[in-house]
Amino acid sequence: MKRSSSRPDWGYFIKEGLTGIKMHGLMSFAAVTVIAACLLIIAIFGLVAYNIGVLIDGLASQNEIAVFVDENLSREEAQALQQSLESVPNVESVTFVPKEEAFDIYLEMLGEDAYIMEDLREDNPLRDEYRIVMKDVALHDETVEALKEVVGIAAANSEKEISDKLMQMQRIVNAVSYTLVALLGAVSIFIISNTVRLAMFARREEISIMKMVGATDGFIRIPFIVEGMTLGLMAGLVAFFAQWGVYDYITEKLVESSGIFSTVAFSEIWSMLLPIMLASGIVIGILGSVLTIRKFLRV
Amino acid sequence: MIELQDVYQVYNEGGTHALNGISLKIDDGEFVFVVGPSGSGKSTIIKLLSAELRPTQGRVHVNGFEIENIPHKDIPYLRRTIGVVYQDFRLIDNKTVYENVAFVMRAVGAPQRIIKKRVPYVLELVGLKNKSRRFPHQLSGGEQQRVAIARALVNNPDVIIADEPTGNLDPARSVELMTLLEKINGLGTTVLVVTHERELVNQLEKRVVAIERGVVISDRTGGYYLDEEK
Ligand SMILES: Nc1ncnc2c1ncn2[C@@H]1O[C@H](COP(=O)(O)OP(=O)(O)OP(=O)(O)O)[C@@H](O)[C@H]1O
Ligand SMILES: [Mg+2]
Repeated sequence: MKRSSSRPDWGYFIKEGLTGIKMHGLMSFAAVTVIAACLLIIAIFGLVAYNIGVLIDGLASQNEIAVFVDENLSREEAQALQQSLESVPNVESVTFVPKEEAFDIYLEMLGEDAYIMEDLREDNPLRDEYRIVMKDVALHDETVEALKEVVGIAAANSEKEISDKLMQMQRIVNAVSYTLVALLGAVSIFIISNTVRLAMFARREEISIMKMVGATDGFIRIPFIVEGMTLGLMAGLVAFFAQWGVYDYITEKLVESSGIFSTVAFSEIWSMLLPIMLASGIVIGILGSVLTIRKFLRV
Repeated sequence: MIELQDVYQVYNEGGTHALNGISLKIDDGEFVFVVGPSGSGKSTIIKLLSAELRPTQGRVHVNGFEIENIPHKDIPYLRRTIGVVYQDFRLIDNKTVYENVAFVMRAVGAPQRIIKKRVPYVLELVGLKNKSRRFPHQLSGGEQQRVAIARALVNNPDVIIADEPTGNLDPARSVELMTLLEKINGLGTTVLVVTHERELVNQLEKRVVAIERGVVISDRTGGYYLDEEK
């Protein structure tokens, strides 16, 4: 019984795998394009979700709450609230911000457009406020409620509501992303499997001869897995660069048009994104080719 | 060694009883002709020996493998012990003669170093050394067949099986082919030739197994005299 198990000849496997891609150049090109498009769509949603996540994290880490003093109170009465606020549980520090100062801060925030509001200085529409820093961010909701209970406090404001809205949005984006991963992932695997099937069909003669002379299934399989994997890898690479362009374009437009949205720069995420894209491509390639090969090699 | 013991083969499609309790033993180093009319089950035997089929009933032993219950993963290793020359050659059109032969060595994982030595040697043996760069369509029928033989030989199998190897050869070429097969047999390889060319068989003093309707009806050395006996 000859069971020579010599080391695999990778040069041969790779050469054969690439031959398949060249042989069906147009088909391979189409497959790479469509899969790259699928990966791109998934990645766009993924990055939207990622950006929302970063925003939420940013907001959640802000443990400051602003409470506003009832405008019917005099300045002295307003300043007297300091002690009652300090006695609220979970309060770390309390800083009084008179409405004049609040107005300055507001103008500063507006920057170049501040002159529009300058006229209002005499008739300041803002209220005196307190900036409160919490000890424990986890007790946020309870603390806000307790602060509102303090007599003379008209309203409490925090980033919590925006954060909640964002979280809701994140859930939706996540759900869409997962659906897309399943759907477009399946489409991509199907495309790879079809391309590899074509390659195997074109070489069925060779395959049957290889089987008759005693090539193992593994040996016959490898060039086709290499083919599928290479197609997937190319799609991943194309999708990465496309993503780069699309992402930069979108973030630029977004920042231009709203000014308030802060986004993560591509330079900060590419090193995370590239391996993910390439790995996804490879996984799709392997799954697609293995599915086809299993069917083909039976008998 | 090849041994069939009381083997039955019924094809699912059509329910044809191709083999009906056939028994046959071929020792290492033998040169055997298997003859019989069309449809008698000759090719079916070859398919059993290479595990393309499993016997419906009976035992088929080939070079230490039990075909009746060979695991799927062992089939490649069985096939490396036999070299089959098909009637239609089954060469790969877009590979050169050299590549057609080298490719089956690669398929069993032979290193390039060995392939480079072995392929020219085998091509020399079949008399095609100077045509190794040609493509199959640039060869005559007889030459294509010799490529097929070289390919069957190259992995140094224990048995060479040729199914109707003289099918499209003229008589002179057929004799040449038999001389080649005898040469291969002389190097220690068991040779099994399936044919229905009586003249050819009668020219050689070899063991002849005659098959009809899936059973052995005659097994003797020295020619195919069946018709004369009747
Ligand atoms: N794949 C198959 N499916 C169904 N029946 C088959 C199949 N292969 C062969 N047969 C039948 O089995 C019988 C034996 O066929 P086999 O090919 O072994 O004959 P043979 O002796 O090689 O004939 P020939 O000399 O014409 O090649 C025939 O009746 C044939 O029709
Ligand atoms: Mg036949």
